[in-house]
Amino acid sequence: MSAAEPQTFQPLVLTVEHLTMRFGGLVAVSDLSFFARAREITALIGPNGAGKTTLFNCVTGFYKPTIGMLKLDHPDTGAWYLLERMPEFRIAREARVARTFQNVRLFAGMTLLENLLVAQHNALMAASGYTMLGLFGARSYARAQARAVDKARYWLDRVGLVERADDPAGALPYGAQRRLEIARAMCTDPVLLCLDEPAAGLNNRESAELNIFLRALRDEHGISILLIEHDMGVVMEISDRIVVLDYGEKIAEGTPGDVRNNPRVIAAYLGVADEEVAQAEAEAGL
Amino acid sequence: MPRESEPDRPLDLPAAAKEAAIAALVALGLFGLLIGIRTDQGPTGALVFTTRFGALAVIVAAVFAATMLRAMFWRDAAFSVSRLVPASVKTAASGLAAYAAAAFLAFALLVPIIFYGNRYLLDLGILIVTYTMLGFGLNIVVGLAGLLDLGYVAFYAVGAYSYALIAQNFGLSFWICLPLAGILAAFAGILLGFPVLRLRGDYLAIVTLGFGEIIRLILLNWQKLTGGPNGIPGIPRPSFFGLPFNNSEHGFAATFGLHYSPTHRVVFLYYVILALALLTNWVTLRLRRLPIGRAWEALREDEIACRALGINTTTTKLTAFAMGAMFGGFAGAFFATRQGFISPESFTFTESALVLAIVVLGGMGSQLGVAAAAAVMLGGFELFREFDQYRMLVFGAAMVAIVIHQPRGLVATRAPSVSLRDHTDIPAATVRDARTESPG
Repeated sequence: MSAAEPQTFQPLVLTVEHLTMRFGGLVAVSDLSFFARAREITALIGPNGAGKTTLFNCVTGFYKPTIGMLKLDHPDTGAWYLLERMPEFRIAREARVARTFQNVRLFAGMTLLENLLVAQHNALMAASGYTMLGLFGARSYARAQARAVDKARYWLDRVGLVERADDPAGALPYGAQRRLEIARAMCTDPVLLCLDEPAAGLNNRESAELNIFLRALRDEHGISILLIEHDMGVVMEISDRIVVLDYGEKIAEGTPGDVRNNPRVIAAYLGVADEEVAQAEAEAGL
Repeated sequence: MPRESEPDRPLDLPAAAKEAAIAALVALGLFGLLIGIRTDQGPTGALVFTTRFGALAVIVAAVFAATMLRAMFWRDAAFSVSRLVPASVKTAASGLAAYAAAAFLAFALLVPIIFYGNRYLLDLGILIVTYTMLGFGLNIVVGLAGLLDLGYVAFYAVGAYSYALIAQNFGLSFWICLPLAGILAAFAGILLGFPVLRLRGDYLAIVTLGFGEIIRLILLNWQKLTGGPNGIPGIPRPSFFGLPFNNSEHGFAATFGLHYSPTHRVVFLYYVILALALLTNWVTLRLRRLPIGRAWEALREDEIACRALGINTTTTKLTAFAMGAMFGGFAGAFFATRQGFISPESFTFTESALVLAIVVLGGMGSQLGVAAAAAVMLGGFELFREFDQYRMLVFGAAMVAIVIHQPRGLVATRAPSVSLRDHTDIPAATVRDARTESPG
C-alpha cells in the first residue's frame, strides 16, 4: 500500500509511509500509509487494539517506529520535519505537534492557569533569558508572562473554564479536565493537534459542545486535527476524512459517507456471517 | 480495616478487643526479645542473663490500650488532625501564615541580639539556620521537581571540601571561595543527574543514596588530596571584609573600637548563614514563579505530559539537581569555615536523612514549613538532650504520627505561582479544600 495522491484543495500536513511498529513479536502497526490534510479533521477509527494509540505515540515521538517515515509539513511556512528522527519534546516544540492523552494527564496539583503556562514553557523560557533575566525581574519577562496569561485566559474562556482559573486542575470534573487538556495543547500553538478519544466519558451535551469546539479550532484557527474516537456520533459528524484501522492495518479511508458503507469496516465493527466475510474480502480484493 | 463513614455507629467492642489483642500479640513478639530478655556483664566478667518481664508487660499493655482506644474512637480511616480544626480557624490561620513568616524572619534577625551572652544558643541558631538552608536546597530537588534524593550530603561535602582545599592551597578568601564551592557542587549535581535521568521514585532514591556514599568513600580514601580519615584541619576563618576576628591591632574589634570578644565571630557567622539561607529562599521563591520552576513542578506532577508539551525533561531535571546541589555547596563551604576542620565523618548518610526529614516534615514545597521543621527538629534534639537515647524514640514516633496524619507535611498547602485574579479574591479555605482532594 502507498499513500493516496494528494487532492486539490488542501496541502498535506502529515504523511505516514510504510509505518510498522513491533513490540517483540507483536506487530501493533503494520505497513501503514495514510495522510492528513491541513485544516481538516482526520479521524482514526478502529476496534480496540487496532493500533490507533500506538500510531499516535509514533506521531508524537513517544515510540520510535520500527520501520517507516512520518513527515510533517507546516503548510504556511513550507518547513517540514521527519518525526521519526526527533525526540518527543522537539516534535512538540519545533514540529509543533500537540497531543492529549487517552487517560487525561493534567498537572493535577497545579492550577488551571499554571497548567496552561507550563504549556507555553519554551516561549517563556526564552523570554526569561533562560531564567537569568527573569530571576532579576526584567521588564521584558513580565510583559512576556502577561502575554502568556492573556493567551491562557483566552483558551480558558474558549473551553468555558475561566471562572475556575485559580483552582487546582485535579479538582475539576472529568469532562472539564478533558477540555482543559485540549486548551493546554492549544497553548503550545500547534500545527497538528492529536486528540486521543476526546469524547470518552462525556455526556451527550458535552460531546455536542466538543463537536462545535473542534470545528471552531479547524475553521477559525486553521488547526489540523488528528482524532482517535470511538464515539461514532462525533466521528461521522465532524470528520473530513476517516482512516479505519484493524489489527494494525488500514482497511479503509475516505469521507464519512464512504467509510460508513464500506463492507470491511462494517465487518470489523459488527462482525458478519462467514459467507459475508468471504464476499466482503473478495470485494476488497483480498 | 473496614472504612465506615457514618459518624453515629455503635461501638463494636468485641471487634476492637480483637484488633487490640492482635496488636498486643505482635508487640509481645517484637519486644519479647528486645526488652523482655537482657544480657549483662556479671561480676566475674561472664554474661549474665536477666529478664525484664515487668517492662515488657507494661509495653504490651500500653499497645493493647492504645489500639483499643484507636479502634473505638478513631475508626474512621480518613481521620486527620486537620479535620479537628474548624474551617473558620483554618481561614484565620492561613491569613496568619503571612505574618508568621514575617515574625519568624524578625525573630531570626534578632536572635544574636536577644541571646548575645549565650554562646550555646547562638551555636544552636547557626546549626538550625544551616539545616534550614540545606532544607531549602533539597526542597528544590525533592519538593519542587519531585526527585527523591537520599544523597544530598554529597553536595554538602563537595562544597565543604572545595572551600577547604581552595582556601588552603590558593589562599583565596571566603567570599571568592563561596561561589566556587557552589559551582563545583553544582557540577557534582549534574554529574549525579546524568546517570539517573531515566530513574524515578525508589530507584532514584537508591542511586542517589549510593552517590552520597561514593563521595564519602572518595573523601575517605583519596588520602593525598583530602587527608583521608584525618580530614583537613586549619581551614581559614572568614573575615569581616578583610578584618580578621582576633585580638590583634588590625582585628575587627580594634578597628571598630570594641572590646575583643570571641562572640563577634559567632554573631558574624550567624548573619552570614542567615543571609545565605535568605538568598536561597529568595531564589527558590523567585524560581517558582519562573518557567523553570513551573516546569519542575509540572515534572513532579506528570513527566510524560511535560514531554508532550515540548519541555526538555533532561535539562529540566539537571537544572533542578544543579540548583539544589549549588545551595548544598554554599552550605558546605559555610560549614567548613565555621568548623575550621572537616573530615568524612561529618558527611554520613545520617545528615542526608536529617535534611530529608526536615523537608518531608516541613511540607514538600513549602519554605516556611521547612524553616519551622528545621527549628523544631534540631531545637527538639537539643531540648531533649537529657533524655539521651529516648529522644530518638520520641522523634521516631512523632515522625510516624506526622506521616500518618499529615502526609504532605506540616504546611501542606501549595500557593499557586500565578493567579488570574487578585489573590485576596479567592477564599483561602476553598482553595485549601480543593487542594487536599488532589492526589499528593
